[in-house]
Amino acid sequence: MRHALAAAASGTNADSIATETVFWILAVIAVAAALAMILVRRAVHCAIMLAVVMLCLATMYAMLGAPFLAFVQIIVYTGAVLMLFLFVLMLIGISSADSIVETIKGQRLAAGLAAIGLFVILMLSIGHAAIGPAAPFTSANGADNLTGLARLIFTTYVFPFEVTGALLITAAVGAMVLAHRERTTPKPTQRDLAARRLASGQLAPDPSPGVYALHDAADRPALLPDGSGSELSVSPTLSPRDPDEEPRFVPPEETVQVTAESGEREAIQGRAES
Amino acid sequence: MSPVHYVALSVILFVIGGVGVLVRRNAIVVFMCIELMLNACNLAFVAFARVHGNLDGQVIAFFVMVVAAAEVVVGLAILMAIFRARRSASVDDANLLKY
Repeated sequence: MRHALAAAASGTNADSIATETVFWILAVIAVAAALAMILVRRAVHCAIMLAVVMLCLATMYAMLGAPFLAFVQIIVYTGAVLMLFLFVLMLIGISSADSIVETIKGQRLAAGLAAIGLFVILMLSIGHAAIGPAAPFTSANGADNLTGLARLIFTTYVFPFEVTGALLITAAVGAMVLAHRERTTPKPTQRDLAARRLASGQLAPDPSPGVYALHDAADRPALLPDGSGSELSVSPTLSPRDPDEEPRFVPPEETVQVTAESGEREAIQGRAES
Repeated sequence: MSPVHYVALSVILFVIGGVGVLVRRNAIVVFMCIELMLNACNLAFVAFARVHGNLDGQVIAFFVMVVAAAEVVVGLAILMAIFRARRSASVDDANLLKY
Protein backbone atom coordinates (compact mmCIF):
# COMPACT_ATOMS: atom_id res chain seq x y z
CA MET A 1 0.00 0.00 0.00
CA ARG A 2 2.81 2.34 0.93
CA HIS A 3 4.55 1.46 -2.32
CA ALA A 4 1.42 2.07 -4.28
CA LEU A 5 0.93 5.45 -2.65
CA ALA A 6 4.53 6.42 -3.26
CA ALA A 7 4.23 5.27 -6.81
CA ALA A 8 1.12 7.28 -7.34
CA ALA A 9 2.82 10.30 -5.79
CA SER A 10 5.97 10.05 -7.84
CA GLY A 11 4.05 9.37 -10.98
CA THR A 12 6.94 7.49 -12.57
CA ASN A 13 6.00 4.04 -11.43
CA ALA A 14 2.72 3.65 -13.20
CA ASP A 15 3.35 0.84 -15.61
CA SER A 16 2.08 1.78 -18.97
CA ILE A 17 0.62 -0.61 -21.46
CA ALA A 18 3.74 -0.13 -23.53
CA THR A 19 6.04 -1.40 -20.78
CA GLU A 20 3.87 -4.41 -20.26
CA THR A 21 3.73 -5.17 -23.98
CA VAL A 22 7.50 -4.87 -24.32
CA PHE A 23 7.99 -7.17 -21.34
CA TRP A 24 5.78 -9.90 -22.71
CA ILE A 25 7.31 -9.73 -26.18
CA LEU A 26 10.82 -9.85 -24.75
CA ALA A 27 9.94 -12.65 -22.33
CA VAL A 28 8.56 -14.81 -25.11
CA ILE A 29 11.60 -14.15 -27.30
CA ALA A 30 14.00 -14.84 -24.43
CA VAL A 31 12.38 -18.11 -23.42
CA ALA A 32 12.10 -19.27 -27.04
CA ALA A 33 15.75 -18.44 -27.67
CA ALA A 34 16.82 -20.20 -24.48
CA LEU A 35 14.87 -23.29 -25.49
CA ALA A 36 16.36 -23.16 -28.96
CA MET A 37 19.78 -22.89 -27.34
CA ILE A 38 19.49 -26.28 -25.71
CA LEU A 39 17.77 -27.84 -28.71
CA VAL A 40 19.90 -26.86 -31.70
CA ARG A 41 22.85 -29.10 -32.43
CA ARG A 42 25.48 -26.70 -33.66
CA ALA A 43 27.44 -24.75 -31.08
CA VAL A 44 27.52 -21.61 -33.24
CA HIS A 45 23.73 -21.49 -33.34
CA CYS A 46 23.75 -21.86 -29.57
CA ALA A 47 25.97 -18.80 -29.32
CA ILE A 48 23.62 -16.77 -31.51
CA MET A 49 20.63 -17.82 -29.43
CA LEU A 50 22.51 -16.86 -26.28
CA ALA A 51 23.15 -13.43 -27.79
CA VAL A 52 19.41 -13.03 -28.36
CA VAL A 53 18.67 -13.92 -24.73
CA MET A 54 21.31 -11.49 -23.49
CA LEU A 55 19.99 -8.63 -25.60
CA CYS A 56 16.47 -9.27 -24.30
CA LEU A 57 17.79 -9.22 -20.74
CA ALA A 58 19.66 -5.99 -21.40
CA THR A 59 16.43 -4.33 -22.51
CA MET A 60 14.73 -5.63 -19.39
CA TYR A 61 17.47 -4.15 -17.20
CA ALA A 62 16.82 -0.81 -18.84
CA MET A 63 13.11 -1.23 -18.13
CA LEU A 64 13.89 -2.09 -14.50
CA GLY A 65 15.76 1.16 -13.95
CA ALA A 66 19.28 -0.19 -14.38
CA PRO A 67 20.63 1.55 -17.47
CA PHE A 68 24.26 1.02 -16.43
CA LEU A 69 23.78 -2.73 -16.17
CA ALA A 70 21.91 -2.74 -19.46
CA PHE A 71 24.88 -1.23 -21.25
CA VAL A 72 27.37 -3.41 -19.39
CA GLN A 73 25.30 -6.40 -20.42
CA ILE A 74 25.48 -5.42 -24.07
CA ILE A 75 29.11 -4.34 -24.09
CA VAL A 76 30.69 -6.91 -21.79
CA TYR A 77 28.45 -9.92 -22.22
CA THR A 78 27.17 -9.75 -25.75
CA GLY A 79 30.26 -7.97 -26.99
CA ALA A 80 33.20 -9.48 -25.18
CA VAL A 81 32.20 -12.76 -23.57
CA LEU A 82 30.23 -14.07 -26.52
CA MET A 83 33.02 -13.07 -28.89
CA LEU A 84 35.38 -15.05 -26.67
CA PHE A 85 33.02 -18.00 -26.97
CA LEU A 86 32.93 -17.70 -30.74
CA PHE A 87 36.70 -17.31 -30.86
CA VAL A 88 37.27 -20.56 -28.99
CA LEU A 89 34.55 -22.19 -31.07
CA MET A 90 36.41 -21.29 -34.25
CA LEU A 91 39.67 -22.55 -32.76
CA ILE A 92 38.19 -25.87 -31.73
CA GLY A 93 36.38 -26.39 -34.98
CA ILE A 94 33.12 -25.03 -36.24
CA SER A 95 32.05 -28.38 -37.58
CA SER A 96 31.86 -29.98 -34.16
CA ALA A 97 28.17 -30.71 -33.99
CA ASP A 98 26.92 -32.23 -30.81
CA SER A 99 26.20 -35.91 -30.92
CA ILE A 100 22.65 -36.74 -30.03
CA VAL A 101 23.46 -40.18 -28.73
CA GLU A 102 22.50 -40.58 -25.12
CA THR A 103 25.60 -41.87 -23.38
CA ILE A 104 23.92 -42.44 -20.03
CA LYS A 105 20.70 -44.35 -20.24
CA GLY A 106 17.66 -42.33 -19.29
CA GLN A 107 19.70 -39.20 -18.69
CA ARG A 108 17.42 -36.90 -20.64
CA LEU A 109 14.33 -38.15 -18.89
CA ALA A 110 15.99 -37.70 -15.51
CA ALA A 111 17.18 -34.22 -16.47
CA GLY A 112 13.68 -33.27 -17.59
CA LEU A 113 12.15 -34.55 -14.36
CA ALA A 114 14.74 -32.72 -12.28
CA ALA A 115 14.08 -29.54 -14.23
CA ILE A 116 10.33 -29.81 -13.69
CA GLY A 117 10.92 -30.40 -9.98
CA LEU A 118 13.25 -27.43 -9.69
CA PHE A 119 10.83 -25.26 -11.61
CA VAL A 120 7.92 -26.21 -9.37
CA ILE A 121 9.91 -25.62 -6.20
CA LEU A 122 11.19 -22.22 -7.31
CA MET A 123 7.80 -21.13 -8.58
CA LEU A 124 6.14 -22.19 -5.33
CA SER A 125 8.68 -20.26 -3.30
CA ILE A 126 8.09 -17.20 -5.45
CA GLY A 127 4.37 -17.60 -5.02
CA HIS A 128 4.72 -17.85 -1.26
CA ALA A 129 7.11 -14.95 -0.94
CA ALA A 130 5.52 -11.56 -0.56
CA ILE A 131 7.23 -9.70 -3.37
CA GLY A 132 5.84 -6.24 -3.22
CA PRO A 133 5.26 -3.90 -6.09
CA ALA A 134 8.14 -1.91 -7.46
CA ALA A 135 9.41 0.94 -5.39
CA PRO A 136 9.59 4.36 -6.99
CA PHE A 137 12.66 4.87 -9.07
CA THR A 138 14.54 7.42 -7.03
CA SER A 139 13.59 6.42 -3.53
CA ALA A 140 16.99 5.25 -2.32
CA ASN A 141 19.84 7.09 -3.89
CA GLY A 142 18.41 10.40 -4.78
CA ALA A 143 20.88 10.63 -7.63
CA ASP A 144 20.93 8.96 -10.98
CA ASN A 145 21.71 5.31 -11.44
CA LEU A 146 25.37 5.63 -12.32
CA THR A 147 26.25 7.96 -9.44
CA GLY A 148 24.42 5.79 -6.97
CA LEU A 149 26.13 2.64 -8.21
CA ALA A 150 29.56 4.26 -8.08
CA ARG A 151 28.94 5.50 -4.56
CA LEU A 152 27.89 2.05 -3.40
CA ILE A 153 30.74 0.21 -5.14
CA PHE A 154 33.42 2.50 -3.77
CA THR A 155 32.06 2.79 -0.23
CA THR A 156 30.04 -0.16 1.00
CA TYR A 157 31.34 -2.70 -1.47
CA VAL A 158 34.90 -1.47 -1.80
CA PHE A 159 36.40 -4.66 -0.36
CA PRO A 160 34.53 -7.00 -2.74
CA PHE A 161 35.55 -4.63 -5.50
CA GLU A 162 39.22 -5.05 -4.61
CA VAL A 163 38.76 -8.81 -4.38
CA THR A 164 37.27 -8.90 -7.88
CA GLY A 165 40.35 -7.03 -9.08
CA ALA A 166 42.53 -9.79 -7.63
CA LEU A 167 40.21 -12.37 -9.18
CA LEU A 168 40.52 -10.81 -12.62
CA ILE A 169 44.32 -10.72 -12.43
CA THR A 170 44.36 -14.34 -11.29
CA ALA A 171 42.05 -15.33 -14.12
CA ALA A 172 44.21 -13.55 -16.69
CA VAL A 173 47.37 -15.23 -15.41
CA GLY A 174 45.59 -18.57 -15.24
CA ALA A 175 44.35 -18.28 -18.81
CA MET A 176 47.85 -17.44 -20.00
CA VAL A 177 49.32 -20.40 -18.15
CA LEU A 178 46.67 -22.78 -19.43
CA ALA A 179 46.75 -21.62 -23.03
CA HIS A 180 50.53 -21.53 -23.21
CA ARG A 181 52.13 -24.50 -24.89
CA GLU A 182 55.64 -25.35 -23.84
CA ARG A 183 57.87 -26.22 -26.77
CA THR A 184 59.28 -29.69 -26.19
CA THR A 185 61.37 -29.93 -29.32
CA PRO A 186 63.74 -27.29 -30.69
CA LYS A 187 62.24 -25.00 -33.26
CA PRO A 188 62.89 -26.36 -36.79
CA THR A 189 65.27 -24.23 -38.75
CA GLN A 190 64.92 -23.44 -42.43
CA ARG A 191 67.38 -26.23 -43.17
CA ASP A 192 65.28 -28.77 -41.28
CA LEU A 193 62.17 -27.66 -43.10
CA ALA A 194 63.88 -28.00 -46.48
CA ALA A 195 65.15 -31.47 -45.59
CA ARG A 196 61.67 -32.50 -44.49
CA ARG A 197 60.16 -31.24 -47.72
CA LEU A 198 62.69 -33.13 -49.79
CA ALA A 199 62.07 -36.31 -47.82
CA SER A 200 58.32 -36.04 -48.30
CA GLY A 201 58.67 -36.14 -52.08
CA GLN A 202 56.49 -33.08 -52.72
CA LEU A 203 58.65 -30.05 -53.31
CA ALA A 204 56.07 -27.43 -54.17
CA PRO A 205 53.39 -26.46 -51.69
CA ASP A 206 49.83 -27.54 -52.30
CA PRO A 207 47.89 -25.21 -54.52
CA SER A 208 45.38 -23.15 -52.64
CA PRO A 209 41.67 -23.62 -53.33
CA GLY A 210 40.52 -21.79 -56.40
CA VAL A 211 43.79 -22.04 -58.27
CA TYR A 212 42.97 -23.39 -61.75
CA ALA A 213 39.54 -24.18 -60.37
CA LEU A 214 36.48 -24.46 -62.55
CA HIS A 215 34.37 -22.56 -60.01
CA ASP A 216 35.40 -19.73 -57.75
CA ALA A 217 34.17 -21.34 -54.56
CA ALA A 218 36.26 -22.45 -51.62
CA ASP A 219 34.74 -25.91 -51.66
CA ARG A 220 36.01 -26.61 -55.18
CA PRO A 221 39.38 -28.31 -55.20
CA ALA A 222 42.42 -26.87 -56.84
CA LEU A 223 43.53 -28.61 -60.00
CA LEU A 224 46.88 -30.26 -60.03
CA PRO A 225 49.08 -29.90 -63.14
CA ASP A 226 47.80 -33.21 -64.51
CA GLY A 227 44.21 -31.97 -64.34
CA SER A 228 43.08 -33.96 -61.36
CA GLY A 229 41.61 -32.31 -58.32
CA SER A 230 43.63 -32.03 -55.16
CA GLU A 231 41.71 -33.37 -52.23
CA LEU A 232 44.14 -31.61 -49.91
CA SER A 233 43.19 -28.14 -51.07
CA VAL A 234 39.66 -28.28 -49.69
CA SER A 235 39.23 -27.56 -46.01
CA PRO A 236 38.13 -30.71 -44.18
CA THR A 237 35.31 -28.80 -42.50
CA LEU A 238 33.74 -28.20 -45.90
CA SER A 239 33.76 -31.77 -47.07
CA PRO A 240 31.29 -33.52 -44.78
CA ARG A 241 28.74 -30.74 -44.95
CA ASP A 242 26.45 -32.16 -47.63
CA PRO A 243 27.04 -35.82 -48.27
CA ASP A 244 24.17 -36.05 -50.76
CA GLU A 245 25.37 -33.20 -52.89
CA GLU A 246 26.54 -33.85 -56.41
CA PRO A 247 30.21 -34.77 -56.46
CA ARG A 248 32.15 -31.59 -56.48
CA PHE A 249 35.19 -33.10 -58.11
CA VAL A 250 35.00 -32.54 -61.81
CA PRO A 251 36.16 -35.69 -63.58
CA PRO A 252 39.68 -34.80 -64.55
CA GLU A 253 39.77 -36.66 -67.90
CA GLU A 254 37.04 -34.44 -69.43
CA THR A 255 39.02 -31.33 -68.73
CA VAL A 256 42.16 -32.85 -70.13
CA GLN A 257 40.35 -33.99 -73.27
CA VAL A 258 38.92 -30.57 -73.97
CA THR A 259 42.28 -28.97 -73.51
CA ALA A 260 44.05 -31.54 -75.64
CA GLU A 261 41.80 -31.80 -78.70
CA SER A 262 40.93 -28.14 -79.22
CA GLY A 263 42.49 -24.77 -78.73
CA GLU A 264 42.61 -22.67 -75.61
CA ARG A 265 39.43 -20.79 -76.44
CA GLU A 266 37.22 -23.86 -76.66
CA ALA A 267 38.77 -25.08 -73.50
CA ILE A 268 37.65 -21.96 -71.68
CA GLN A 269 34.16 -22.28 -73.17
CA GLY A 270 34.01 -25.88 -72.10
CA ARG A 271 34.92 -24.85 -68.61
CA ALA A 272 32.21 -22.22 -68.53
CA GLU A 273 29.62 -24.73 -69.67
CA SER A 274 30.61 -27.37 -67.21
CA MET B 1 4.44 -4.79 -14.71
CA SER B 2 5.04 -6.38 -11.35
CA PRO B 3 8.57 -7.50 -10.50
CA VAL B 4 7.17 -10.95 -9.79
CA HIS B 5 6.96 -11.49 -13.52
CA TYR B 6 10.63 -10.70 -13.92
CA VAL B 7 11.52 -13.14 -11.14
CA ALA B 8 9.35 -15.81 -12.73
CA LEU B 9 11.07 -15.25 -16.07
CA SER B 10 14.44 -15.57 -14.38
CA VAL B 11 13.32 -18.88 -12.86
CA ILE B 12 12.31 -20.16 -16.29
CA LEU B 13 15.62 -19.15 -17.84
CA PHE B 14 17.54 -20.66 -14.92
CA VAL B 15 15.76 -24.00 -15.29
CA ILE B 16 16.33 -24.05 -19.05
CA GLY B 17 20.02 -23.37 -18.47
CA GLY B 18 20.16 -26.17 -15.93
CA VAL B 19 18.62 -28.61 -18.38
CA GLY B 20 21.19 -27.55 -20.96
CA VAL B 21 24.05 -28.20 -18.55
CA LEU B 22 22.66 -31.67 -17.80
CA VAL B 23 21.80 -32.69 -21.35
CA ARG B 24 24.33 -31.20 -23.75
CA ARG B 25 27.61 -32.95 -24.51
CA ASN B 26 29.68 -30.19 -26.08
CA ALA B 27 31.68 -28.47 -23.35
CA ILE B 28 31.33 -25.03 -24.94
CA VAL B 29 27.56 -25.36 -25.05
CA VAL B 30 27.59 -26.42 -21.42
CA PHE B 31 29.52 -23.24 -20.68
CA MET B 32 26.97 -21.17 -22.55
CA CYS B 33 24.19 -22.74 -20.52
CA ILE B 34 26.03 -21.80 -17.32
CA GLU B 35 26.19 -18.24 -18.65
CA LEU B 36 22.45 -18.39 -19.21
CA MET B 37 21.93 -19.43 -15.59
CA LEU B 38 24.12 -16.58 -14.37
CA ASN B 39 22.15 -14.15 -16.49
CA ALA B 40 18.90 -15.44 -15.04
CA CYS B 41 20.28 -14.81 -11.55
CA ASN B 42 21.25 -11.31 -12.60
CA LEU B 43 17.72 -10.64 -13.77
CA ALA B 44 16.38 -11.74 -10.39
CA PHE B 45 18.88 -9.49 -8.61
CA VAL B 46 17.92 -6.47 -10.67
CA ALA B 47 14.22 -7.20 -10.21
CA PHE B 48 14.63 -7.38 -6.43
CA ALA B 49 16.66 -4.19 -6.46
CA ARG B 50 13.66 -2.64 -8.17
CA VAL B 51 11.35 -4.04 -5.51
CA HIS B 52 13.39 -2.62 -2.66
CA GLY B 53 14.12 0.61 -4.40
CA ASN B 54 17.83 0.54 -3.66
CA LEU B 55 20.88 -0.26 -5.72
CA ASP B 56 22.47 -3.13 -3.79
CA GLY B 57 20.97 -5.73 -6.08
CA GLN B 58 22.40 -3.98 -9.10
CA VAL B 59 25.85 -3.90 -7.47
CA ILE B 60 25.63 -7.63 -6.82
CA ALA B 61 24.59 -8.21 -10.43
CA PHE B 62 27.62 -6.19 -11.50
CA PHE B 63 29.88 -8.41 -9.39
CA VAL B 64 28.24 -11.50 -10.84
CA MET B 65 29.09 -10.23 -14.31
CA VAL B 66 32.74 -9.72 -13.32
CA VAL B 67 33.01 -13.18 -11.82
CA ALA B 68 31.29 -14.69 -14.87
CA ALA B 69 33.82 -13.02 -17.15
CA ALA B 70 36.71 -14.42 -15.12
CA GLU B 71 35.08 -17.85 -15.11
CA VAL B 72 34.66 -17.80 -18.88
CA VAL B 73 38.29 -16.85 -19.43
CA VAL B 74 39.66 -19.64 -17.27
CA GLY B 75 37.08 -22.18 -18.41
CA LEU B 76 37.71 -21.62 -22.09
CA ALA B 77 41.46 -21.83 -21.50
CA ILE B 78 40.97 -25.18 -19.78
CA LEU B 79 38.77 -26.27 -22.66
CA MET B 80 41.46 -25.37 -25.17
CA ALA B 81 44.08 -27.26 -23.17
CA ILE B 82 41.83 -30.33 -23.08
CA PHE B 83 41.10 -30.00 -26.78
CA ARG B 84 44.80 -29.88 -27.55
CA ALA B 85 45.42 -33.04 -25.60
CA ARG B 86 42.35 -35.07 -26.61
CA ARG B 87 41.24 -33.47 -29.92
CA SER B 88 37.69 -33.34 -28.64
CA ALA B 89 35.44 -30.84 -26.90
CA SER B 90 32.96 -33.39 -25.66
CA VAL B 91 32.50 -33.74 -21.94
CA ASP B 92 32.32 -37.51 -22.33
CA ASP B 93 35.82 -37.78 -23.72
CA ALA B 94 37.54 -36.21 -20.74
CA ASN B 95 37.45 -39.37 -18.64
CA LEU B 96 41.08 -40.04 -17.75
CA LEU B 97 40.46 -39.52 -14.05
CA LYS B 98 37.33 -41.63 -14.06
CA TYR B 99 38.64 -45.11 -13.44
